[in-house]
Amino acid sequence: MEKQEYTITLYTENSIGMIGRISGIFSRRKINIESLNTSPSEVDGIHRFTILITESEEVVRKLCRQIEKQVEVLKAYFNTNDELIWQEQALYKVPAHVIAEKAYVERLLRQYGANVVVIRNDYIVFETAGHREEIDRLTEELGKYKLIEFVRGARIAIIKESAGFHSKLIQFEKTEPSPEIVENEFLDQQDNVFTM
Amino acid sequence: MSTLEKTEKEQTAPATTQQLSGSQAVLEALIHEGVDTIFGYPGGAIMPIYDALYDYNDKLTHILVRHEQGGIHAAQGYARTSNRVGVAFATSGPGATNLVTGLADAMIDSNPIVCITGQVFASLLGTDAFQETDVINITTPVTKWNYQVTDATEIPGVLAKAFYIARTGRPGPVLIDITKNAQLQLFDYKGYEFCNHIRSYRPKPIVRHEYVEQAAQLINEAKKPFVIFGQGVILGKAEQEFKNFIEKGGFPAATTVMGLSALETDHPQHVGMLGMHGNYAPNVMTNECDVLIAIGMRFDDRVTGRLDKYAKQAKVVHLDIDPAEIDKNVKATVPVWGDCKETLPLLTNLISRVDHSNWLQEFRELEKEEIKEVIYDELNPTSDVMTMGEVINVLNELTGGNAVIVTDVGQHQMVTCRYAKFNSSNSNVTSGGLGTMGFGLPAAIGAWYGAPDRDVVAIIGDGGIQMTIQELGTIMQFGAKVKILILNNEFLGMVRQWQQLFHDRRYSFVNITSPDFVAVAKGYYIDGNKISERKDLRNALKTMLDHDGSYLLEVMVGKENNVFPMVAQGTSVSEIRLK
Repeated sequence: MEKQEYTITLYTENSIGMIGRISGIFSRRKINIESLNTSPSEVDGIHRFTILITESEEVVRKLCRQIEKQVEVLKAYFNTNDELIWQEQALYKVPAHVIAEKAYVERLLRQYGANVVVIRNDYIVFETAGHREEIDRLTEELGKYKLIEFVRGARIAIIKESAGFHSKLIQFEKTEPSPEIVENEFLDQQDNVFTM
Repeated sequence: MSTLEKTEKEQTAPATTQQLSGSQAVLEALIHEGVDTIFGYPGGAIMPIYDALYDYNDKLTHILVRHEQGGIHAAQGYARTSNRVGVAFATSGPGATNLVTGLADAMIDSNPIVCITGQVFASLLGTDAFQETDVINITTPVTKWNYQVTDATEIPGVLAKAFYIARTGRPGPVLIDITKNAQLQLFDYKGYEFCNHIRSYRPKPIVRHEYVEQAAQLINEAKKPFVIFGQGVILGKAEQEFKNFIEKGGFPAATTVMGLSALETDHPQHVGMLGMHGNYAPNVMTNECDVLIAIGMRFDDRVTGRLDKYAKQAKVVHLDIDPAEIDKNVKATVPVWGDCKETLPLLTNLISRVDHSNWLQEFRELEKEEIKEVIYDELNPTSDVMTMGEVINVLNELTGGNAVIVTDVGQHQMVTCRYAKFNSSNSNVTSGGLGTMGFGLPAAIGAWYGAPDRDVVAIIGDGGIQMTIQELGTIMQFGAKVKILILNNEFLGMVRQWQQLFHDRRYSFVNITSPDFVAVAKGYYIDGNKISERKDLRNALKTMLDHDGSYLLEVMVGKENNVFPMVAQGTSVSEIRLK
């Protein structure tokens, strides 16, 4: 199976050591995490991890089951890029004189929809958000004009088809598991499950 | 709220809150969880708990082991024979790191274990304090759950959670690290509440009836159905449900190493053991059957051999409580996800009563080949030196198959698993997944505390015994009636076998010398004997079994005997070698 970008979205308890427990599942299998973001989620008290990796679907599916097996993980989802709305943010520190002298740089920043965050006599900080390729292109262009500092944030993503976690959590909080939380939903998609 | 409800509430609430130390709360929790035996070793950071234990001597038995690794292996042995949670105590730093091998072993073999480790004062965490180690991070990959307590008020809740997680679902080890200040801290103890739900944890997946139905239909259509079962049957306490299932369906059934004793060895449908050194018929038939029904087993590489040539002709029904096991190694045609205690009866109801005696007979024909090529000579050798197999065979005759058999790791383990007879469940204690040499002796001590009315025989090689031989001191001090049977071939036999077969007999550091084991035992005031002649075997084993108390018997066996059959690494199960 071909490798492609997958974004793994986890809903977890907000407890110390979660990042270690989760990242160990990847490193143990020698899988590189391309970006990892942790943040609050739409549900109070529930943490959301967004993890980007490039792997085959089979590997990602197995990884998600291992992750979901962790006691403090409520749910693991994995999605391809077309199932997501996603963004990455970047910050650029550029010498002020470059902007003043080179009209091209100013045009470039406008073209990429970069916003000014800070203006000083010696440098200007721009911010842009978007897909990786755009950020990479802008970085490459700015690199020609003495880019002093550059940083790109981890991917954050919204799942197009998701109805959020509120109703799921209610099911999780019940002592008796309910079919609503469809723990084995991935099995439904299994192509070769025997059909009657 | 009605008055009735009110009175009930008041009755269940504790009369008064009392001041307890964190250490006392730990011991109260153990008592509430039904713990009677702790295996442990004290040290600086766990001293407050040991101080409290001084006053709980009448309610909790503490076995002072000689090394923390021995402590956790003993807790594992205890868990395996008693079907209860095993408990081990250790101090911070080296005490805790000495638990790691046992945690990894318990993790891969799904043993319910709760380890309590002491930790330096919370104010010293991260300062490289004396005997400080980052135990939580070290043990994360080898625990089902772990947690560090820095405040005593957390203790009752955290321990309730620890026991709940360790014993439910697919069991596993849990480690609770408690800082010394939390052990000493006094707090208002409001009684102990059992944990029966954690919102982020689903121990028992919901049984999907459509899959049970699909599985039943597949099984009913099968001409050559074959059941392979693992420890899940024992952990699910589903031995009877399992037997009902195979008897109604008439299926041949083979066990994994960990599944041994779930079905009595003499059962007419028991066709032997799977895997690298398993029996001939079940390995060959794995690639002949049309429906493979896997129950509570995880398709370990030692069971499957070469995966791309494993049961490719068969439809696979996989029953497991752990969703992550489905499709992990072998793709399931129908996954029956759930506790086999629940799913097996559902499946039994839906399957037809079929006579598969012709199919079963095919297994028996292959078994005859194995008897002719391997088993007969192993059990009736013509050479002067004894074989491991004949020792186990005589032991079977003397115990009748009623003993708890504990093994270490290596040739003696494979031979024992192949030939030992089991009449009842929870009788096989071995290190299956991790293959931990040194497991046998301490595990046997724990196994005896878990089943003190049963004969416990620890069968160990001359290599493995030397890894944890210090636990003879535990036996000496506390009197566990463990029978230690050392099968001495004067080699690290399994490695030697591989070097012989796959490395041109280049015997690289497998020649191990041994002390006078009987003298060592004597030094620990344990009786013993050493034999090297066949004529002494039966009497020596009988003396060992009849002895009231622990006993060590060393039996000299053939130096360069190999364990066969064998599925060589990288080959298919159907390419199993008989010699």
